[in-house]
Amino acid sequence: MSDKDNWKIWEVFIRSRNGLSHKHVGSLHAPDEEMAIKNARDVYTRRSEGISIWVCPSESITASSPDESEPLFTPADDKVYRHPTFYEIPDEIGHM
Amino acid sequence: MTKETSLEDRFQHYVDAENKIEPKDWMPEKYRKTLIRQISQHGHSEVVGMLPEANWLTRAPSLRRKVALLAKVQDEAGHGLYLYSAAETLGADRMDMVKDLLSGKAKYSSIFNYPTPSWADMGAIGWLVDGAAIANQVMLCRTSYGPYARAMVKICKEESFHQRQGYEIMISLANGTPTQRKMAQDALNRWWWPSLMMFGPTDDLSPNSAQSMKWKIKRKSNDELRQEFIDKTVPQAEYLGLSIPDKDLKWNEETKHYEHGEIEWTEFYDVIKGNGKCNKQRLIARNKAHDNGEWIREAANAYAKKQSERKKHQAA
Ligand SMILES: [Fe+2]
Ligand SMILES: [Fe+2]
Repeated sequence: MSDKDNWKIWEVFIRSRNGLSHKHVGSLHAPDEEMAIKNARDVYTRRSEGISIWVCPSESITASSPDESEPLFTPADDKVYRHPTFYEIPDEIGHM
Repeated sequence: MTKETSLEDRFQHYVDAENKIEPKDWMPEKYRKTLIRQISQHGHSEVVGMLPEANWLTRAPSLRRKVALLAKVQDEAGHGLYLYSAAETLGADRMDMVKDLLSGKAKYSSIFNYPTPSWADMGAIGWLVDGAAIANQVMLCRTSYGPYARAMVKICKEESFHQRQGYEIMISLANGTPTQRKMAQDALNRWWWPSLMMFGPTDDLSPNSAQSMKWKIKRKSNDELRQEFIDKTVPQAEYLGLSIPDKDLKWNEETKHYEHGEIEWTEFYDVIKGNGKCNKQRLIARNKAHDNGEWIREAANAYAKKQSERKKHQAA
């Protein structure tokens, strides 16, 4: 098989309708970005799931590592004062 | 406690608390291996699953049936791709998986090694084979590995039309001429038992199931899923006025389940071993399709190369 490895993996993002952001839906292989869009259309929008497609090479995504998730995300856990329910407003005031 | 076992304990707790495992999370090597094997086999089944139906694509009795069958077969190709992608998140290489399928090393669902000599088989496959696959896949929507679960959610959404188009074919035939009724009954006779075998060996004979259940890769046992399928399908056969080819099949008022006759497991193992009617034919067809696609892969590569050179040139 001569084609081993030369088709990159692309991550696919679809906007289902205007007003919503693109959302990751999966990945696929393609020789270039143009074919990646064509393949994404065939694979991920066969039932009108989208009106816009983004593709990017998997390798160009930088991800946080699960090992760092404690230092990255736990500091937010004890900051209840960032949430509206932390503040006491009398019922008479109604919705605020 | 060694470091490895404590990690494994933490993993088990995490899974027990109904958390999903994502690609970069730590996981036991055996969990990874089990998933790669299961997901790639599942992917292969979707891909080989296109072949029995491809046999009827050009001979569908109407345009309505033809577009439906084409759409279904196209969906199965997509399902294969979602699954290979899920396996890739675990570090498997897609070309390796494809190679293993083409060389005959990898397994796929034995059901696709049965022939499709009649149009009624398109009805029976959609109704029974996709029906059994759906039972399994609905369970897998809650599997513990995130990318596999997400692939299953997508697949299940698409599958329900597969079963409905199959059952609709059965309704037409069952309400047609005596010959058509006979075709429908004959297809049911041939597909019933292999469909029950799709759920795998009985619980007491599937040694790997316990670990898969513990890791919540599987959420229901083979026998549970099989029972669910039978309970759902028998009334559907009654509605068609067709009879299930099992003289021991009876309703148990106490358990509220159907009891079924003995499954011929020797046949099941024989087909797995490669002695089914179509094992050879399927592999030959897959290899031929892959080889015939070589030129288009080459053309796509050449085009991609040309485009990127042109862009470089324009930029310069
Ligand atoms: Fe499928
Ligand atoms: Fe299907």
